[in-house]
Amino acid sequence: MSQSAAPVLEARQISKRFPGVVALDGVSLALLPGEVHALVGENGAGKSTLIKVFTGVHRPDGGELIYNGAPAAFGTPLDAQRAGISTIYQEVNLVPMMSVARNLMLGREPRGRLGVIDTARMYGEAERILAGYGVVTDVRRPLRALGMGVQQMVALARAVAIDARVVIMDEPTSSLEPREVETLFSVIRKLRDDGIAVVYVSHRLDELYEVCDRVTVLRDGRVAHTGPLAELERLKLIALMLGRDLDEVRTGGLTRFSRDRRRARERDGARPVVQAEGLTRRQVLHGVDVSVWPGEVVGLGGLLGAGRSETAKGIVGALPLDAGRVLVAGLPLRTGSTTAAIRAGVSLLPEDRKAEGIIPALSVRENIALAALPSLSRAGVVSDAKIDKVVEVFMRRLRIKAASPHQPVQELSGGNQQKVLLARWLAIRPKILLLDEPTRGIDVGAKAEVQALVDELAEEGLGVLLISSDLEELVEGADRILVLREGAVVGELSGDDVTEDKIMASIAERGAESDG
Amino acid sequence: MTATPGREQVSRVLQQHGALMVLAALVIVGSVAFDSFATAGNAASVLVSSSFTAIIAVGMTFVIISGGIDLSVGSLFVFGGVLAAYGSQYGLFVALALPLAACGLVGLLQGLLIARTGMAPFIVTLAGLLGVRGLMLAISNEGATTYLVKDSAFARLGQGGVLGLTWPVYITALLAVAAMVLLQRTAFGQNVYAVGGNEQGAALMGVPVARTKVYVYLMSGLLAGLAGVLNAARLSSGVTILGIGLELDVIAAVVIGGTLLTGGAGGITGTIAGVLLLGVIQSLINQVGNLTSAFQQVVSGLFLALVVVAQRLLGRAQRLG
Repeated sequence: MSQSAAPVLEARQISKRFPGVVALDGVSLALLPGEVHALVGENGAGKSTLIKVFTGVHRPDGGELIYNGAPAAFGTPLDAQRAGISTIYQEVNLVPMMSVARNLMLGREPRGRLGVIDTARMYGEAERILAGYGVVTDVRRPLRALGMGVQQMVALARAVAIDARVVIMDEPTSSLEPREVETLFSVIRKLRDDGIAVVYVSHRLDELYEVCDRVTVLRDGRVAHTGPLAELERLKLIALMLGRDLDEVRTGGLTRFSRDRRRARERDGARPVVQAEGLTRRQVLHGVDVSVWPGEVVGLGGLLGAGRSETAKGIVGALPLDAGRVLVAGLPLRTGSTTAAIRAGVSLLPEDRKAEGIIPALSVRENIALAALPSLSRAGVVSDAKIDKVVEVFMRRLRIKAASPHQPVQELSGGNQQKVLLARWLAIRPKILLLDEPTRGIDVGAKAEVQALVDELAEEGLGVLLISSDLEELVEGADRILVLREGAVVGELSGDDVTEDKIMASIAERGAESDG
Repeated sequence: MTATPGREQVSRVLQQHGALMVLAALVIVGSVAFDSFATAGNAASVLVSSSFTAIIAVGMTFVIISGGIDLSVGSLFVFGGVLAAYGSQYGLFVALALPLAACGLVGLLQGLLIARTGMAPFIVTLAGLLGVRGLMLAISNEGATTYLVKDSAFARLGQGGVLGLTWPVYITALLAVAAMVLLQRTAFGQNVYAVGGNEQGAALMGVPVARTKVYVYLMSGLLAGLAGVLNAARLSSGVTILGIGLELDVIAAVVIGGTLLTGGAGGITGTIAGVLLLGVIQSLINQVGNLTSAFQQVVSGLFLALVVVAQRLLGRAQRLG
């Protein structure tokens, strides 16, 4: 790596605003030829926006992009690609039904006489290119017939083959087997030796330390740190990502969880309200065990992509599992069926409330009653009186601020929308509530109310599984915390161990060798 | 987990050539069962009557592979025929150029609307279907007026021929070969597959998505118009009330031929086989004699359902778990 070389791509004070959000706020980053540059940050830190600015998907509102020493403005991803900036997206962005060779050569097929594609040469060239990546396969086969690793390699080969000077990889290993990861790394090192700048986005710390030279940490749209990776200890990196000062990790508080509640569970005689054993899903979850006792709030900690949401989805049957079982109050739950889970008393408040939760055009009343309709009706006929009663109770109890029960949910604030969703799931009288980022994107006041509510519900005996990227919320809200990393539970903290630094230490622990 | 290469290949061959195999089987069964089926005359009549559908189906194949649909082809078929008959009074050139220009223009407009504004192809081409059909009825006195072909050279285009087959059959064959080359061996063809297979991915891979879509609908409009022109030449007249529901027959033939309605896969050989299959089914039902031709639709419908189910299963076999 030649540190003295001029940057091949440089962001100077780049800003990007979206309605209501400042996604990037004066971000500067210089990419040197022949370096592998890690770009890390939690959800909403601005990583994707920055990548999209680099690749011409977004135009920056402020600042400038310098490419090869000259200001550059890419209008489309195609412009950026033609200039030599290639991106490999998390989900392979090729055409699954087309053959490997045609995917690889699309747009630059070798031509024969009359401008017609010379298929023999195309197949030969494709084979030769892929062999350079350690891939030997029948290039006539449709892409989708191959494993994800090979598909990823085809995407990479395609990206590099178009004379790329910068290759951006967004979570390239998220669907790869360990063996395939090794191949990928050797290719990345080869790119680096060829003087190509690689931007590597991943949440897997082991990988970052294995393959990256420098790191830039983004947080809340700003650069929190940039520098050589080897000199940065893991704990420090995590603290930077999560926005915590290592020296003064506080446990004191801004949240509204009552502090005196953390207590030893009385497990004697009581059964866990939900007990998930060995939840396994290829590439995502590797034998996760979670138990929640009545009246307990269990937190799931870990970085983005560690498998927290997937665990919750696995429990309610929204994520197909390869193995594992879920017991609700001691009775086995049919996996893979959300209907069965709801009937058994398991409710999930999903992470993305817009896409997976509220129905914007329906009223508050209808949104609340939706999941509980079976219990509010007789012989399929819904009782209006019963709905009114339930809706009234929850609107009062959750302090939902709406003009009337008939106001469309889309007109409410984010916090009130979240409360409506919470009401929907409480209306079915669940035994356990899975909350995935329940306070994300809602204002401080509403946040405190939701937090207080979680507390109250647990007091009443409900089991709660709490997922939050906000460490403070997790530490103060949960009685016990399971730390996940790469789809496996790597630590359990309870009692006095439930602190921010212990969680971070647990995340940072060097990963054991993958079992493959 | 992994589909064995053998199984995968079998399912691929079935997907691409299933219609051809069934066609061959039907021809053999028909030849054995009916003396009058395997005659040159019957074969010629199947080929001639299928050629018009086939020309439209070639265009439709491009549209469907690109992930779209074109419902306007039945109306454009009629539009082309009427304009050709009307134009024939000014000679052969006008009889050809006028309908092609007009149908091409409708196709182009539809393509632009779909590609540039992101409107659903179903709706845009439904509007095309209704609009053009309505226009036809309006100018023809609710279908009462028939436009007679005035040019004998033009009429020969539809009625003349060699070796017992009329020119439209040869034109169809030429077009099919050209379309095959276009689809399989040119960048444009590859772009059509890429757009239908993964539109977003295609855009990121540098495929001119909008332009590809515009061309595809333009082509479909032109070919539907051409089929109408040839049909008018065959009938020596432009009849406005023809071709109702033709778009559905064409779509059925394309899908039976192995092109996925969801886009991204398919081919011309399959489409031609699909068109001929429907033609042969019709012919066989005629052979049986005491069945009305309505049964052709019943059989086609059943066959279509079968093909769609088979495609689903084959698609699953080709994919990894």
